[in-house]
Amino acid sequence: MAKRRPTVREPRGQHGPAGEDAATDGGQRREFYRRMVFIRRFEERAARAYTQAEIGGYCHLNLGEEATVVGLMSALEQTDYLFTNYREHGYALARGVAAGRVMAELYGRRDGVSKGWGGSMHLFDGNARLLGGYGIVGGQLPLATGAALAIDYRGGDEAVACVMGDGTTNIGAFHESLNIAALWNLPVVYVVVNNGLGMGTTVEKASGEPELHRKAASYRMSSARVDGNDPVAVREAMLSALASARSGRPFLLEAVSSRLKGHSVVDPAKYRTREEVEALRTSDPVAALAFRLRDEGELTDEAIAEIDAEATSAVAAAVAFAEASPAPSVDTLFDYTYATPVPNDSRRLPGQPLFEPAPLPRIGADR
Amino acid sequence: MSIMTYRQALRDTLRTEMRRDPDVLLLGEEIGVFEGSYKITAGLLAEFGEKRVRDTPIAEEGFTGAAIGAAMLGLRPVVEIMTINFSLLALDQIVNHAAKIYGMFGGQARVPLVIRTPGGGGQQLGATHSQNIELYYAFVPGMKVVAPSNPADAKSLLLAAIRDDDPVLFLENLALYNAKGEVPDDDTPGEIGRAAVTRPGRDITVVAYSRMAAVALTVAERMAQTDGIDIEVVDLRSLRPLDRETVVDSVRRTHCAVVLEDDWLTYGIGAEIAATISDGAFDWLDAPVRRVAMAEVPLPYAKTLETAALPSADDVTTAIRQTLASVGRRAGKDIP
Repeated sequence: MAKRRPTVREPRGQHGPAGEDAATDGGQRREFYRRMVFIRRFEERAARAYTQAEIGGYCHLNLGEEATVVGLMSALEQTDYLFTNYREHGYALARGVAAGRVMAELYGRRDGVSKGWGGSMHLFDGNARLLGGYGIVGGQLPLATGAALAIDYRGGDEAVACVMGDGTTNIGAFHESLNIAALWNLPVVYVVVNNGLGMGTTVEKASGEPELHRKAASYRMSSARVDGNDPVAVREAMLSALASARSGRPFLLEAVSSRLKGHSVVDPAKYRTREEVEALRTSDPVAALAFRLRDEGELTDEAIAEIDAEATSAVAAAVAFAEASPAPSVDTLFDYTYATPVPNDSRRLPGQPLFEPAPLPRIGADR
Repeated sequence: MSIMTYRQALRDTLRTEMRRDPDVLLLGEEIGVFEGSYKITAGLLAEFGEKRVRDTPIAEEGFTGAAIGAAMLGLRPVVEIMTINFSLLALDQIVNHAAKIYGMFGGQARVPLVIRTPGGGGQQLGATHSQNIELYYAFVPGMKVVAPSNPADAKSLLLAAIRDDDPVLFLENLALYNAKGEVPDDDTPGEIGRAAVTRPGRDITVVAYSRMAAVALTVAERMAQTDGIDIEVVDLRSLRPLDRETVVDSVRRTHCAVVLEDDWLTYGIGAEIAATISDGAFDWLDAPVRRVAMAEVPLPYAKTLETAALPSADDVTTAIRQTLASVGRRAGKDIP
């Protein structure tokens, strides 16, 4: 199938204009840096809001995965579909979903991307073709495979990107999905974001084949491993993977990076040694790219500071938007049980009876 | 009207819908070349080809989930899970995904999916192949669960299920596939969420669904002759949503009820019906609600044991007689 010209996606969100100089090599990296900083600041702000109890439930952050997120999303076409797991704020932002609507979802507000029904783990935006963050490990894989089946069924030229963590490669749905995609030649790229840890369990302790991309061999599926700290490398690898998928050869791409913090905001990551924590700091992809761009003369210290200030102020605007958005009204509680209205759909609140009580017999009446 | 089997009604309806709507496709194990374990899909591969009648690997979670994903993009997949026992392999996809996607994302994605699957014991298939676990799905808001007991309902409810924008678990039953009945020629979909009074009567209400609703009708006709009693049969047809009004309305008229189910009694669907009657017809009841359900054992292979464990027409007859006797009522009038 004809591959369209690869371009850096135009962001439609609140994270600043697309790089006017994105056409050049340095320009592309500057633009990637902008987007990575934006995700970094957004996630840091989300963590703060979580500790302030503005955000409830679980809250998993993309801290340390910004290069992977930005590289992957820059390779997708506007019409491609994305399924992710529950660590997906950055993906929504990089896909161009307005940051205010993402933050409003974390806040559980009416203007959130999922109208306050999903929360951090369940972001959805049909316009951005983000077909969901999914909270169950492995849950999104069969769905993404089926989306690719629908594309193939209709003869479309879109592809599906299905993002997961390293731990997901051990679950049955992973193997069933890769098998089906390979059998039916479906246009899907499975992306393993390998940050080395499934919660607190290392890849080596959880996976019989710790080089996760090799698992594709069981299904005669092509695969590759890429440095997830290098957004340009991730983008190039993803473009190749997508080209393969569009030609009917599904692909397994593994991007190796680090999770800077715990599994979720509340995880202090005590299972890591002091040395590991130090090493993480030096491998921080945002800092690394800043140093590189400065050393190569692509960005001045002033420009770096300016990018940071822009991101911080856009995130502040997102928080303001979230705070201003009302909580969903209780009278909408039964609006989303069924898409097709159905008789006898229960609309009972917990304390309400199923039936009105029978009238009491009149006192003194004969029985 | 034509007389046909439940199996034929299903097959004809699938064919009708596939001809009508190119977005309807079938997925499942052995549904194509093998023509289905129970031959529901016989002839469909030949007519519609491999693209629309898709044999899957033995991977219930994978192919059920793939059908959900395809439905999110607007296809209308009809999945066959060989028996409801194997749906357990797809439980996460059905409960955590199909049933949740519309609500969890604030109504942005629909899942127009049908999962056809037979329940039922009595075929000497042993403990893992004879269960009636529709309750697991009927428990979950977001799912719709229908359980037709006759060929006409099989047609009208399958039409409704395929045209519905929500995930529908369509419960069939191994013992019903050869049941014959009149089926309307027109393609008017039935209504999910509505029970039917399939036999009006004055003396006692029998509530049932799927195979047991057919048993209830047989028993009612027989007891009209043998005992001279007039039984009202309520066929639930839809397990979620549940038509409580029809059940309660019937019991308010007959003042007693027996509930039939092929699943286990404890926590079963009959328990929900009994609770509904208690909520809505307490002051009208003359006797405790009686339940007839499977014995609470893993269903054994040996015929003697299997037969003893499954609810039979005789069990139903006994329960009805005992319920009526307990309140001194028989044949439509009080015993002085």
